[in-house]
Amino acid sequence: MDLIYLILIPVITVISIVLSENRKQSRVIAAVGTGLQLLFSVYLVVLYLTERGAGNLEEMLFSHKYLWFSSLNIYFSTGVDGISVSLILLTSVILFTGVLASWDVEYLYKEFFISLIVLATGVFGFFISLDLFTMFLFYELAVIPMYLLIGIWGSGKKEYSAMKLTLMLMGASAVLLVGLLGIYSYSSPTGATPLTFNIIEISKIHIPIEAQRYFFPMVFVGFGVLGALFPFHTWSPDGHASAPTAVSMLHAGVLMKMGGYGCLRVAMFLLPDAANEMAWIFIILTSISIVYGAFGAIVQKDLKYINAYSSVSHCGLVLFAVLMINKIAMNGAVLQMISHGLMTALFFALIGMIYGRTHTRDIREMGGLMKIMPFLAVCYMIAGFASLGLPGLSGFVAEMTIFIGAFQNADLFHRGLTILACSSIVITAVYILRVVAALLLGPANRNFPGTKNDAVWNEKAVTFILILAIVGMGLAPFWLSDMILNSLNPIVQKLALLK
Amino acid sequence: MTLDQILLMRHELLLIITAVIVVVIELFTERDNKSVIIPSVVFLFLLVTLAGFLPIDTGKLFGGSYQTSDMIILMKNSLNIGVLIVLIQSAGWLKHSFGNFDNAGGYYFIVIASLIGMQYMISAGDFLIFYIGLELATIPIAALAASEKMKRKSSEAGIKLILSAALSSGILLFGISILYATNGSLFFSSISADNLNSNLQVLAFIFIFTGVAFKISIVPFHLWTADVYEGAPINISSYLSSISKASAIFILVILLFTVFRSLLPVWNTVLYFTAIITMTIGNLFAIRQKNLKRFLAFSSIAQAGFVPLGIIGGTQLGVASVIYFLLIYIFSNLGAFGVVSAISNATGKENMDDYDGLYKTNPRLSLVMMLSLFSLAGIPPVAGFFGKFFLFTAAAVQGYYVLVFIAVVNATISLYYYLLIVKAMFINKNESPIETIVNDNYTRAGLFICVLGILFIGFAGVIFEFIESVSKGIS
Repeated sequence: MDLIYLILIPVITVISIVLSENRKQSRVIAAVGTGLQLLFSVYLVVLYLTERGAGNLEEMLFSHKYLWFSSLNIYFSTGVDGISVSLILLTSVILFTGVLASWDVEYLYKEFFISLIVLATGVFGFFISLDLFTMFLFYELAVIPMYLLIGIWGSGKKEYSAMKLTLMLMGASAVLLVGLLGIYSYSSPTGATPLTFNIIEISKIHIPIEAQRYFFPMVFVGFGVLGALFPFHTWSPDGHASAPTAVSMLHAGVLMKMGGYGCLRVAMFLLPDAANEMAWIFIILTSISIVYGAFGAIVQKDLKYINAYSSVSHCGLVLFAVLMINKIAMNGAVLQMISHGLMTALFFALIGMIYGRTHTRDIREMGGLMKIMPFLAVCYMIAGFASLGLPGLSGFVAEMTIFIGAFQNADLFHRGLTILACSSIVITAVYILRVVAALLLGPANRNFPGTKNDAVWNEKAVTFILILAIVGMGLAPFWLSDMILNSLNPIVQKLALLK
Repeated sequence: MTLDQILLMRHELLLIITAVIVVVIELFTERDNKSVIIPSVVFLFLLVTLAGFLPIDTGKLFGGSYQTSDMIILMKNSLNIGVLIVLIQSAGWLKHSFGNFDNAGGYYFIVIASLIGMQYMISAGDFLIFYIGLELATIPIAALAASEKMKRKSSEAGIKLILSAALSSGILLFGISILYATNGSLFFSSISADNLNSNLQVLAFIFIFTGVAFKISIVPFHLWTADVYEGAPINISSYLSSISKASAIFILVILLFTVFRSLLPVWNTVLYFTAIITMTIGNLFAIRQKNLKRFLAFSSIAQAGFVPLGIIGGTQLGVASVIYFLLIYIFSNLGAFGVVSAISNATGKENMDDYDGLYKTNPRLSLVMMLSLFSLAGIPPVAGFFGKFFLFTAAAVQGYYVLVFIAVVNATISLYYYLLIVKAMFINKNESPIETIVNDNYTRAGLFICVLGILFIGFAGVIFEFIESVSKGIS
């Protein structure tokens, strides 16, 4: 079992798309390639579970090391634990549905699918990397295609949004890079071993607390910007609103998760002293993200903006949980990443489909879609219920775990902010129900062109897969949360020892 | 002196022979038949470049006035590759500007002469050879910069280049003479054997640094750059910004690490601050440029600002990352200039607005341009990312975090203006974009080599390992 296939499959898909002759061929190749990737990810999960079931207790499974630059001790080292496996599965689900959702792309279709899959390659590479160098490489690889995807195929003020998104994320990666290089230059305290970028090796040594104090904020903010950390979240609403459907899906569904994953895996795991010491600053910031994002969503009129602000709120919850430094809350953080990834992808897919029929995203102009396109309307409702945390759907599992975990911190500061964060559930209910009412219920506005037809086969497939995943996670969360819990052990132990 | 010893100068000797052959070919071809010069020169130079990679001894010649080492040979080979690309890319311009290739022989002769100067300069073991090499490298280029006789800007570029070269030489010579006065020797080895510490010697260092800084166009000695690049023919600009700049950085590294080794604290401070202002000024000015030649001029100033991150502190890893960065920079910069030159030759358009919608009509040129710009900006997976990353690593390992931070912020700023061109080509709509250009085979070959370099040098860990291993001798 070699994880490098997770990169090779997309690369081969890209090459085949380059060689394809017409639109039909390119999109079929894209669908087949990403479908294979999805099957492979499922297979990976099964393998992972059997391996763990057989009593393999290694921290990282399926790990491989390829020497790359020996004088800098840089390896291309790969390996997965429960957290990365579940995020890989999430990525491939969203990538596959994203390709299906963009079945009708006509303008520069080849370039579209190529950029989309290159972006996903970056994400897959990021999740399997155990080396800070390759991790950073894939992080940047995932950001750059975004510029073209939003700039060329986007809508609205796309050029502004694309530039803002790219510069903010690259600026964040600049801060991140300094932090990573700082970790690298402290990775050999005795000088006996060469400096290393390897995460597992660095986690076994102790970086001086003085150095951690500098590098923790850099790394956390560097990744946090991607996770829409307040006040660096402003790229996200504009970016989401301007991006084409599949890109919004991948972006909110997967790219923002890289931020949470990076904070957990690098900032918290490798710089634990400073994490314990400085968590309070970022807890305050993420609490603001959660509440502010939810309030932001209430006042928006554009469907995509509503969902984008809701993403700020939900991703704030991820970072909030990560900072709680406790196993249950962190487990909730990862569950929330997956749950939010699935439902936000569903949201954006549905918004894209609705927009394709109504040619507007302004909720004031819509109404009664339940009568015109019942299938899409029901799906939208399910997504909304998942978002506000209805039991039986994925959102409930994730948020419940987070709040239970967060409340276990006994002091007033943590509990007070947890209660504040809990209030976002109510605010979420307000904006979700408001949108559902304005959009789906009420008298039908039949003036839209092309509103007669309901979902077609590819749209049905997209919604079916995503709803299946949301319901599945809501009804049977334990295989997933067990897988994640076990993998959190090293991180939590390292943080708790120092508490 | 035996033949073996003379053959230590193989790179230079081969170039001299090539230069002579070029003159002979020029003399013995009919006026209508001048186009034969281009393929023959390119072919000859290809042979010279390949011959540079054959195994060769290292050592000293002329009592230490001339020296080679594995690292110096590597530097020469990098320059050779760059010049090969420039020579190939020039074909289109020669055809376009001088319909019957009247000037081809002269042009090639002058470029090769200048390259000979650079190679002697890098191989110098004393300040005499160094100075002669430096002058030989610069003065011919001034003639070429002014070679489009009918254009005022071209003449202006020539004058500007020669005046600033003369000024910098004057400053440089002053520094050398102070050093000679305090030390009594011109040889690198005997100067570095002495412990340089008097104020006068520091002053000499500052003067010599200034002289070389003019060639690298480090801020505040960059004022000639944009005007010369804009006025000169594009291929000369690309030669100046890639080859000439790289060779000056090479000799700067050698001088700092050998002659001025004992002044390390002084030159660390100097490099620290010049790096910061060079990056920042270069970037901020590049944002506002509309003419692509001026744009690339400021971008190349900013790029030079990254180099001190590898030199600072004086480590072997740093030197390796500088050479690696420059090798990649040569390919990326020549790629970008190559596209600008191809479009300018076909249409005469050089402004950023003219590139609107280019992808529709010229997808290949746009892709090459995008790759080159991404490589200059340091975006993975193209080579520029690796070059920059290693420079940053070299500085960070020694604790220069603030400098690295400023550098990465600058890299982000530079991404903004590189993306402006990508945006023009891919996103902006245009009623009348540049029509589809049919490139000749030379342009294609030149761009193809650049793309190969941009795509593969980064991934090839062996290249970096090789560079690292040969830079052992220096620190």
